[in-house]
Amino acid sequence: MGNWSRFNIASIVLGFGFLYLPIVLLVIFSFNESKLVTVWAGFSTKWYAQLWHNQALLDAAWVTIRVALLSATCATVLGTLAALALVRYTRFRGRMLFSGMVYAPLVMPEVITGLSLLLLFVAIGLDRGFWTITLAHITFTMCFVAVVVQSRLLSFDQSIEEAALDLGATPVRTFFAITLPVIAPAVFSGWVLAFTLSLDDLVISSFTTGPGATTLPMKIYSQVRLGVTPEINAICTILIGVVAIGVVVASIVTKQREAQRDRDERAAFAQT
Amino acid sequence: MKSLGSIRRSFAPWADPASKPFISVKNVTKKFGDFIAVDDLSLDIYPREFFALLGASGCGKSTLLRMLAGFEQPTSGEIILDGQSLAGIPPYRRPVNMMFQSYALFPHMTVENNIAFGLKQDGMPKADIAARVAQMLKLVKLEKFSQRKPHQLSGGQRQRVALARSLAKRPKVLLLDEPLGALDKKLREETQFELMDLQQELGLTFVVVTHDQEEAMTMADRIAVMSHGKVIQVATPAEIYEAPNSRFVADFIGDVNIFEGAVAGAEGGYVRLEGINGFPIRMASPETPATGVKSAVAVRPEKIRVGRQPPAHAPVNAIQGEIWDIGYLGDMTVFHVRLKDGRVIKASSLNAVRAVEDPLGYDQEVWISFGEDAGVVLKD
Repeated sequence: MGNWSRFNIASIVLGFGFLYLPIVLLVIFSFNESKLVTVWAGFSTKWYAQLWHNQALLDAAWVTIRVALLSATCATVLGTLAALALVRYTRFRGRMLFSGMVYAPLVMPEVITGLSLLLLFVAIGLDRGFWTITLAHITFTMCFVAVVVQSRLLSFDQSIEEAALDLGATPVRTFFAITLPVIAPAVFSGWVLAFTLSLDDLVISSFTTGPGATTLPMKIYSQVRLGVTPEINAICTILIGVVAIGVVVASIVTKQREAQRDRDERAAFAQT
Repeated sequence: MKSLGSIRRSFAPWADPASKPFISVKNVTKKFGDFIAVDDLSLDIYPREFFALLGASGCGKSTLLRMLAGFEQPTSGEIILDGQSLAGIPPYRRPVNMMFQSYALFPHMTVENNIAFGLKQDGMPKADIAARVAQMLKLVKLEKFSQRKPHQLSGGQRQRVALARSLAKRPKVLLLDEPLGALDKKLREETQFELMDLQQELGLTFVVVTHDQEEAMTMADRIAVMSHGKVIQVATPAEIYEAPNSRFVADFIGDVNIFEGAVAGAEGGYVRLEGINGFPIRMASPETPATGVKSAVAVRPEKIRVGRQPPAHAPVNAIQGEIWDIGYLGDMTVFHVRLKDGRVIKASSLNAVRAVEDPLGYDQEVWISFGEDAGVVLKD
């Protein structure tokens, strides 16, 4: 550990400062006593208390969570099926085209996705609101799930499915008893990805929303245009907290599992 | 063990016209696009037989096994198992089970649940499943490991779990795809004999796919040597080794010396050949090819004698050369003898005594010779 040269230290401080200074500022000012966002006037948690009385903000949060849960779940089902089809049925015509088309929405500008969905909803006469936002979120998060699950399936040993068939399980039972449990971690991370993407989406939601369905990012954005309040800082801090806890827990669990697996394998080979 | 040996020696249903085959492969062809994996292949496998499909990779042996399991459908032809056509029957409704090369254990299940999986699919009562699983664990000596997951086992233990799982349903036929390929040499040799004992004990029909000729020779009652989607020869290991029906089989199984020549005549069950450089060969042969036909004689290295003095029957079946290479293997010594025309003949001799007074050395002039029934006359 003798490599802490000044240059290295400077790099780390600058890099992390660049990444986290804005967030740290936001968190600090969420505990500010003053109503003025940029002037520190002492520690207080009153903005957090006030959040619970801001019905509009709470409503928006509730809409966001419902949209995210529903769209992430639907997108996970559709994305997993798409991934299975693309990985397994390698011999159909135009497979390359379909693969490419699954990836395309990943790089498509959100404005275009949002606009095209809006045009579609208007054309078919669908009333815009909660359901149109959910549909739109399913559309754009599904491809992320497909990509995550597809990469897992590429390293999947298909002979375990054949073994299940060979032992008398029907294809449907094989899928639920063997395939799904084995790829479950990838499916779950696909779900988490879809959930977070839906949670913080602003552009596509704005295009596809209607009266009565305002998501949290939209609410925050519209409030900020009237000026940043410490209340906004408080709710953002809560969001950051939730996401951070999720990420930390997920990575600790994965680390521990890997370590356990390594220990088991070493033990198994040591005793032979 | 003596009784077992005598049972095996008398076991030859393929030679008995009254016995009915258990598996009949009839004119089966399998194409993948333009590639013909299995080419108009016919085979009969008898009940309780240990049958080996032997060939280099890509010869179609695995495709044939996968068609027996139901993972592939024949492009044309038919497979009949115990009197019933398997056409259109999916793998989960066939009374056969397979042991996979990669073992294909279910990674998220314990050893116990892996073995019980097939039984659960049949809706067997729980108590019966538990009893059967315990019996299988005992059979493969893994009682202590029932609660382990596959990644907590060594390679040999995984192989046993895979075997127990594929035997748990008491299939009529067990298909084994390179069952010992992933084991190291010593473990592999032990397991070969265990598999043979197990097959005898359970009285099942085993079909094993392997590229390892020693494995096939050790375990199988009969071997089908395959090449390019066709069966070249089906016979017992001894027949395959001592009476190969073609140069391909002679060359594929074990080491062999091929002496080429033309048929000079035949009398009383013996064929005379005019070998290259006038080397005369006289060899026992059930068939008598026409005079002048190009032919060859295959002689295994252990049937070639190396000596300083010419044998009594010289110059027939005897030729001079010099020792080019000596390989000492412990149980035997392999000599590479270089003839005057540059060809190298392999001969091996058993080291039956610990020390020889005057051993053969490098560059010595020697005579190599072989008996009149030491080799096989090949047609092609």
